[in-house]
Amino acid sequence: MIFDFVLGPFLEFEFMRRALAGCLALALGATPIGLFLLLRRMSLMGDAMSHAVLPGAALGYLAFGLSLGAMTVGGIIAGIAVAIASGWVARSSVLKEDASLATFYLMSLAAGVLIVSLRGRNLDLLHVLFGSVLALDGGSLLLIAAISTVTLFALALLYRPLVLECFDPVFLRGVSRCSPIAHYGFLILVVLNLVSGFHALGTLMAVGIMILPAAAARLWAATLPTMLVLAVCIALLSGVLGLLASFHADVPAGPAIILVAGLLHVASLVLAPGGLIGPRLVRRPHLES
Amino acid sequence: MTGPDSRAAVSFENLTLGYDRHPAVHHLHGAVRTGTLLAVVGPNGAGKSTLLKALVGELAPLQGSFRIEVAPRQIAYLPQQNEIDRSFPVSVFDMVAMGLWHTLGPLRGLTQEQRARVMEVLAQVGLAGLERRAIGTLSGGQLQRARFARLMLQDARLLLLDEPFNAIDSRTTEDLVALMLGWHAEGRTILAVLHDLERVRRYFPECLLLARETLGFGPTHEILTEARLAEARRIAERFDDHAPVCHRPPIEIAA
Repeated sequence: MIFDFVLGPFLEFEFMRRALAGCLALALGATPIGLFLLLRRMSLMGDAMSHAVLPGAALGYLAFGLSLGAMTVGGIIAGIAVAIASGWVARSSVLKEDASLATFYLMSLAAGVLIVSLRGRNLDLLHVLFGSVLALDGGSLLLIAAISTVTLFALALLYRPLVLECFDPVFLRGVSRCSPIAHYGFLILVVLNLVSGFHALGTLMAVGIMILPAAAARLWAATLPTMLVLAVCIALLSGVLGLLASFHADVPAGPAIILVAGLLHVASLVLAPGGLIGPRLVRRPHLES
Repeated sequence: MTGPDSRAAVSFENLTLGYDRHPAVHHLHGAVRTGTLLAVVGPNGAGKSTLLKALVGELAPLQGSFRIEVAPRQIAYLPQQNEIDRSFPVSVFDMVAMGLWHTLGPLRGLTQEQRARVMEVLAQVGLAGLERRAIGTLSGGQLQRARFARLMLQDARLLLLDEPFNAIDSRTTEDLVALMLGWHAEGRTILAVLHDLERVRRYFPECLLLARETLGFGPTHEILTEARLAEARRIAERFDDHAPVCHRPPIEIAA
């Protein structure tokens, strides 16, 4: 009975297996990036960047229709352009990074929706905004897997400078020239993974699979390696449970996955050692020193 | 032990640093000999931290230039503590081990000898047993000890320390001062920004008194006079939004 409930949909339907593979790839690639965003206090920056991807994807759509390649390339170019432009404005004007990013992403979002509506139907707009994890074709799946692979290799190469860039950037700038590579390399990884997540979950929810599992893992773990592994596991669990909920309750898969991740986060917030109630549930006597 | 020699470790050529055209360090000219233990003193806003930032390339000069004789990898910079994000989940060991960056680079792992060396410097600064702790759980004094341990691993010839003993208790300060004097005895050049003038008089043979202008650059007992300190306080508070453009020629004050 439980076997049928849990494994049945994946054994029976190819689209469920594709969706599961997509979720696995996203959990491995996008979630570690989300954890670094969270630790760098840039969670909302991920949200803003996800909107910035939209006009590029929309231009690709305007020119070539629902073409995977055109929307991907458009999204990546627009995302990187906004990341670099907002970084430049933040360094060279009185506006701080959050303000300059906010201005760019609001313009991007408006431009993106306008461009899609020039040619598209409401259904296309829904696809762009909310993705279609249950309709991933071979090309989309390969793209998501490729981006996750690139992300894992890049993170392995950038790990040490990126960690230093997060907690002691002045030291990193003092000892090496890696600082801009770590900073801009990381931003490019953010954009790549947002584009990857955008195909499965849409621009509005791509950032959910990055930040929610990362925030939950932060509440449980004390060291970065544990946090990374835990965040990936939570993201994967959200994917599996979300897909099952979508299948059995006949609800849209993208929001279901993000809601499960949200529930896991809320449960962590309540129970975890770093959360709201967990530390008060088990009161341990204090030590001598 | 190597005494100070006559070669300049750092030389300033009419150096003016500032923000938005207003000078924070104005027409600094002179040289710091190799092996000098130099205190940079002056009131708040005198340009002390700005000077160190410029030396590590964080700020471009408005005018003039400076020259550092050692290679960039021979320079170690200790900024003020608030530059570190202490909430980041990294252990004391991992943070201190980054002092070996020049041999490790971004990819290489630590050898057994390097691990032993990290443990050795942790013991030297009095942090033995705390290596697995997250940096967020350390007290201000312990974090400063860890940053000094990282400096030791950097093994630099020129050390730039920005308020290294600020908000640190007296016991920790004594330990850290002893470490710094040890580095001086090894012939390293040290520029340290300090506020405690008694400490400067006690430990620092030479001193640079800044108040945007250079008010003195030489032996500490000659520089830290009441008259000069009063002048420093007066000048440091001067800031004119409508000041005319400066055309002053450089003044030479050699250390």
